[in-house]
Amino acid sequence: MSNIKKAFENGKAFIPFITVGDPDLETTAKAVREMVKNGADLIELGIPFSDPTAEGPVIQGANLRALTGGVTTDKVFDFVRDLRKDITVPMVFMTYSNVVYSYDAERFIKTCSEIGIDGIILPDLPYEEKDEFLPICKKYDVDLVSLIAPTSENRIAMIAKDAEGFLYIVSSLGVTGTRTEIKTDLESIVKVVRENTDIPCAIGFGISTPEQAKKMSSISDGAIVGSAIIKILAQYGKDAPSHIGEYVGEMKRAII
Amino acid sequence: MTNQNGRFGIHGGQYIPETLMNAVIELEAAYDHYKNDPEFNRELETLFNEYANRPSRLYYAEKMTKDLGGAKIYLKREDLNHTGAHKINNVLGQALLAKKMGKTRLIAETGAGQHGVATATAAALFGMECVVFMGKEDTERQALNVYRMKLLGADVIPVETGTATLKDAVSEAMREWTSRISDTHYCLGSVMGPHPFPTIVRDFQAVISKEIKQQILEKEGRLPDAVLACVGGGSNAIGSFYNFIDDKNVRLIGCEAAGRGVDTFETAATIATGKLGIFHGMKSYFCQDKYGQIAPVYSISAGLDYPGIGPEHAYLHDIGRAEYVPVTDEEAVEAFEYLSKTEGIIPAIESAHAVAHARKIAKDMGKDKIIVITISGRGDKDCAAIARYRGEDIHE
Repeated sequence: MSNIKKAFENGKAFIPFITVGDPDLETTAKAVREMVKNGADLIELGIPFSDPTAEGPVIQGANLRALTGGVTTDKVFDFVRDLRKDITVPMVFMTYSNVVYSYDAERFIKTCSEIGIDGIILPDLPYEEKDEFLPICKKYDVDLVSLIAPTSENRIAMIAKDAEGFLYIVSSLGVTGTRTEIKTDLESIVKVVRENTDIPCAIGFGISTPEQAKKMSSISDGAIVGSAIIKILAQYGKDAPSHIGEYVGEMKRAII
Repeated sequence: MTNQNGRFGIHGGQYIPETLMNAVIELEAAYDHYKNDPEFNRELETLFNEYANRPSRLYYAEKMTKDLGGAKIYLKREDLNHTGAHKINNVLGQALLAKKMGKTRLIAETGAGQHGVATATAAALFGMECVVFMGKEDTERQALNVYRMKLLGADVIPVETGTATLKDAVSEAMREWTSRISDTHYCLGSVMGPHPFPTIVRDFQAVISKEIKQQILEKEGRLPDAVLACVGGGSNAIGSFYNFIDDKNVRLIGCEAAGRGVDTFETAATIATGKLGIFHGMKSYFCQDKYGQIAPVYSISAGLDYPGIGPEHAYLHDIGRAEYVPVTDEEAVEAFEYLSKTEGIIPAIESAHAVAHARKIAKDMGKDKIIVITISGRGDKDCAAIARYRGEDIHE
């Protein structure tokens, strides 16, 4: 069984995202521990990429700060190895195809499996290109997480049928970032997902308030939050972890 | 050359967010329909001939030929097209296609500004809204083109992320497209990005080699020995090469921007210094570090200042059908000045990269040999920047 499923056994899942190394690795480690302490069910760890085309300005900034601070894929692997000494919640990587490809996909995915990474989310790898990494992911038992977008329509069933780990439902058009209102008919999307798979699905993009998280998780299995957390980091820097813990606690309580 | 999954050998593909997948599928279906539609092709040909001033001239550069003392040199004058570059060929095709698809808004990236100007022009002609993304550094290098786009009714958005150049403009245009798809067509300017763009752009630019072939057969009664073009993403080059790919005796030479040299970090020569990767929707060669972080490339030419190369070029390189050579800033500037003084033709600094390589090889080729150089654009836009490069303090 995929370890990711465990994230959905504790009521609705709260899934925070953080870019590894923003502003430095020590802060990220403290922030992740705060997240776990305050009820995070699954952690999305972003490996920074120079040109994150699916991200809005907030997460672009995090990528830039992390890279400027000297974070590399090898340092992220060491970081996770260290975290795994005491952190047991499921963790997935979120990055871009070139980060995996350039490292040598097999070496990258094999390392993920060895250090306890349960899945990989690649926003620039749609269904049609999955075979780039899927056979290797299967070989090493790392889930390749699929995304569904508001524009997926006739593609939802196809994507859901082959989904692994959990399904990442993108709430809105555009890139990551907080939004005041989410207008997509997500109930209809989730309905088609449910008809085609038993894999849990969580909604992300644009969620920042407890009210939004509650609403999104009421129609799915969980809520994913990225930009709102990165904003706390940008505001408080090295002092951010306690604020992040507080925020995660508030969000988790809202969705249970 | 495109196979069914939009691949050129191992290159190409569709590495894009799920949000865009139905948009590119819709685009592919529309293109497959209209590319064989006689009415579409008639309209496009009329636009090419009546509006864009096609066919462009194939000019015998007699003084340059005599001066170099080797191969006979012809210049394919894409600089004489309306808007001053080859970019208009692709833009008229895509704008017409977008109109047929019911789109009312065009977005585009631009480096030197030529593609942005061409897109703004087509948008004005078709009565469409237009937004152009341009790296902030490029808006400063190419201020005149920014004004031209605004004059034509387009909004120009300076992109300040990353290196604030062409790659960042592409990223920002892609981000914009994911946020507004239903009424918007992304008019991509080069043979890059996700399938079907490399094929669509190549097909609309292939008019260049179709004309070269006809014109050289009329003038010389035979095919050229070499065709040279500059390569950034590679649209004028693939347009110049395409109808010669099966003519194995015609050497196809793409001239990359080496910036300050391929042994420095300040270069944009992808084939010379890049490695295989996945970026901007395609698998191809990219300038990047060992962890796959895209390199901050550099060239004096804003139009060639891109860390990747179109997937069909990557394939032509793999199979050895085309050669790719680096040309430095200094060589390009010298060629810019040389063609101006020798033939009275001021080439775009991009095109000057191809002229520079022709100067290197023509003299060693026999007088019975023929070289065609595509002058992809005119150089008026570059005069201020080249003057500054030469230490003259002039501003537009």
